Amino acid sequence: MTIIRLANTTSAEISTELLRARRSAGNPAEGLVLTLIIVCDESEYPEAKDASMEAGREHPSRILLVVTGAGRNASLDAELHIGEGTPGEVIVIRMRGAVAAHSASVIRPLLLPDSPVVIWWPGKAPNNQTADQLSQLAMRRLTDAAASARPLAGLKARARDYIPGDTDLSWTRLTPWRALLAAALDQYPATIKSVVIESERGNPSADLLASWLHSRLKVDIARKVSNGPGLTAVRMATAAGDIAITRPDGLLASYAVPGQPERLVALKRRNFTELISEELRRMDADEVYERAIKSLLDGERKTVSRPAATKRATKKAPGQGTAAKKTTSTTRGR
Amino acid sequence: MLVIFGVTGDLSSKKLMPAIYDLANRGLLPPGFALVGFARRDWAHQDFAKVVHAAVKQHARTPFREEVWQQLSEGIRFVPGEIGNEESVNHLAETIADLDEARGTGGNHAFYLSIPPGLFQTVVDQLRSHGLAEQHPDRWCRVVIEKPFGHDLASAQDLNRIVSSVFPASSVFRIDHYLGKETVQNMMALRFANQLFEPVWNNNYVDHVQITMAEDIGIGGRAGYFDGIGIARDVIQNHLLQLLALTAMEEPTSFEASQLRTEKQKVLAAARPTERMDLHTARGQYAGGWAGGERVKGYLDEDRIPPNSRTETYAAIRLNIDNRRWAGVPFYLRTGKRLARRVTEIALGLKRAPHLPFTKTDTEELGYNAIVLRIQPDEGVTLRFGAKVPGTQMEIRDVNMDFAYGGSFTESSPEAYERLILDVLLGDPPLFPQHEEVELSWEILDPILDYWASLPNQPELYEPGSWGPQGAEAMLARDGFTWRRP
Repeated sequence: MTIIRLANTTSAEISTELLRARRSAGNPAEGLVLTLIIVCDESEYPEAKDASMEAGREHPSRILLVVTGAGRNASLDAELHIGEGTPGEVIVIRMRGAVAAHSASVIRPLLLPDSPVVIWWPGKAPNNQTADQLSQLAMRRLTDAAASARPLAGLKARARDYIPGDTDLSWTRLTPWRALLAAALDQYPATIKSVVIESERGNPSADLLASWLHSRLKVDIARKVSNGPGLTAVRMATAAGDIAITRPDGLLASYAVPGQPERLVALKRRNFTELISEELRRMDADEVYERAIKSLLDGERKTVSRPAATKRATKKAPGQGTAAKKTTSTTRGR
Repeated sequence: MLVIFGVTGDLSSKKLMPAIYDLANRGLLPPGFALVGFARRDWAHQDFAKVVHAAVKQHARTPFREEVWQQLSEGIRFVPGEIGNEESVNHLAETIADLDEARGTGGNHAFYLSIPPGLFQTVVDQLRSHGLAEQHPDRWCRVVIEKPFGHDLASAQDLNRIVSSVFPASSVFRIDHYLGKETVQNMMALRFANQLFEPVWNNNYVDHVQITMAEDIGIGGRAGYFDGIGIARDVIQNHLLQLLALTAMEEPTSFEASQLRTEKQKVLAAARPTERMDLHTARGQYAGGWAGGERVKGYLDEDRIPPNSRTETYAAIRLNIDNRRWAGVPFYLRTGKRLARRVTEIALGLKRAPHLPFTKTDTEELGYNAIVLRIQPDEGVTLRFGAKVPGTQMEIRDVNMDFAYGGSFTESSPEAYERLILDVLLGDPPLFPQHEEVELSWEILDPILDYWASLPNQPELYEPGSWGPQGAEAMLARDGFTWRRP
């Protein structure tokens, strides 16, 4: 592995150096499929760096790790990691002062030609994502509400300025849960009367799951606080008993459907690499996520009208099967 | 013997002199080679030799070797003087005669006019009156001129009249360094040595072509030259239209200069701008701001640029080629300064497959297939096509298959100027455009320039370090395309 350090540099110099490094590594051809921009500050850097090294394994990419910092003097330093051990190219770019305020001008020349650009904030995401100059370069924007101090507020902010291409990793964490729940309703298409979600306090995935189930099933969602880790259980009440998925240890879940024996399902909490790899597989907008996150705001506005919604849902007993099917098919689509 | 007029210029120290050294270093220059510089400087031969030495050390691509330098420095002379001054030219003629004797050049001379076109008349006249431009059957006398070859059709014709009054067409070499790039020549290899590309190289499969030449720098010290000229005259007229000709021309019957030229002329004669220039052209001027991590000035704030200048620093045009191969395929040419990165490429966009046996969501991210010829900085070829994303789902996304010259041929490709200087010395002109091509290019560009000149407003401002003004995006969007991010 080669590490090339450039101090007080420019984008043009970084490009030239990249090309030279690729040539001297004997592999001037570029087989990279996407550019992944990772934005963090110094305190988040070590973790972001490890994650970035891993993230490119499945999708050979040019990874631009943008570390911004305040400072009186403008400076731009870069570190190029190329060669074996590093998937694709990892370029650490440190910006300070006025350069950091114009980060897009540094990053734009470094994007791979005509291929997708994904941006990921492993820590704090910008307050107004649509206005953020770096996020405008990307077609997919990944945030992580779980990393913020007030996850639910973070999610709601995401919902307010949602644009197609946004995804929050707290939603990605739900994929196996959603697949299981949808499969359960496929197997046992009963009318759901109510749902209980148990999770740690302030778990954004649980918030999103509640919002998704509410928007799909149109029933009341009750929340219970558990000791975690993360999401610990989802129980959907039907006339014949509960459809329940419980995962007390964050590894192995038990899966119960009325009239069938209880079964075990591996439902490990996944690490960043797996989450990012999953998101990088899709470059189009996640419409199911859009509906789920937007209905977080509905809940906020329509707290009064909720009982009415519940009533309508219970009345429409035969329609429930269709709702469940719809859920299933959307999950598969993702 | 190479005589350079205007030898103190940037081009001469950055490109010409290093290229001459590199040629010598590769053993490609004859032992009797001599270099004469002519400029308005009070230098002795040694001073000039020092300048050449410094230029070579700094810019040459091959390692510096003392013995090569000694061979070269023996033949270096400098003639101080004014263009138009009889005495200076006498001095020049004497120097040349001396060198002919001392170095055994065989009386072969090439005059490189690295000077503003306005001075051509004077220089050419003086060369003639001092008998320096005489053609003899057993030796050669050539003239090399640099772009711009005029600033419109009429001036190009004037220029040609001046030069051809003294030098026959076969002795006039118009240097367009782009044509010396390896990849440009490789385009011909790619197109005509392969069976793979020819079948799709037409309007049955290609739906549009984008030719881009972007620079990340501003006008730098070229204010005096650039303002009032603009990038369309500076780049589109020569480089981009030559690239277009090489991309779109039919197969020449051989690679003899005359055959190649015939094909280029045919396709240039068939190319024309669209009638609605308001819809199919765009121009811009870079604003101030940040580019590539540096604070940069806007065009109007550059030194010696008038604050109300309407000179464009970005130009995009659409051309149609009226022949069987290309009817209905728009060719989009764009060029600009202070864009995101320095890159030149030709991209042929292919039509979508007529039927896709996948669901709509599977192919949502699938763009169009493309054949991209990268000219610089990373010379090579890229094929772009759809491939399945690994995983359980059927998800199709664009991928690039890349071929890079840097790795495939370890011998570093010769710099364009080396190739061109060598061709001048050998008298091998296929890469040099002749006046017919130059005039045809102006015929294509003139209507667009006239249209722009008739517009009352300033060119649209664009952010430095971006990919150009909004107008250019809109221009392609009207036809249902988008610009590639090169």
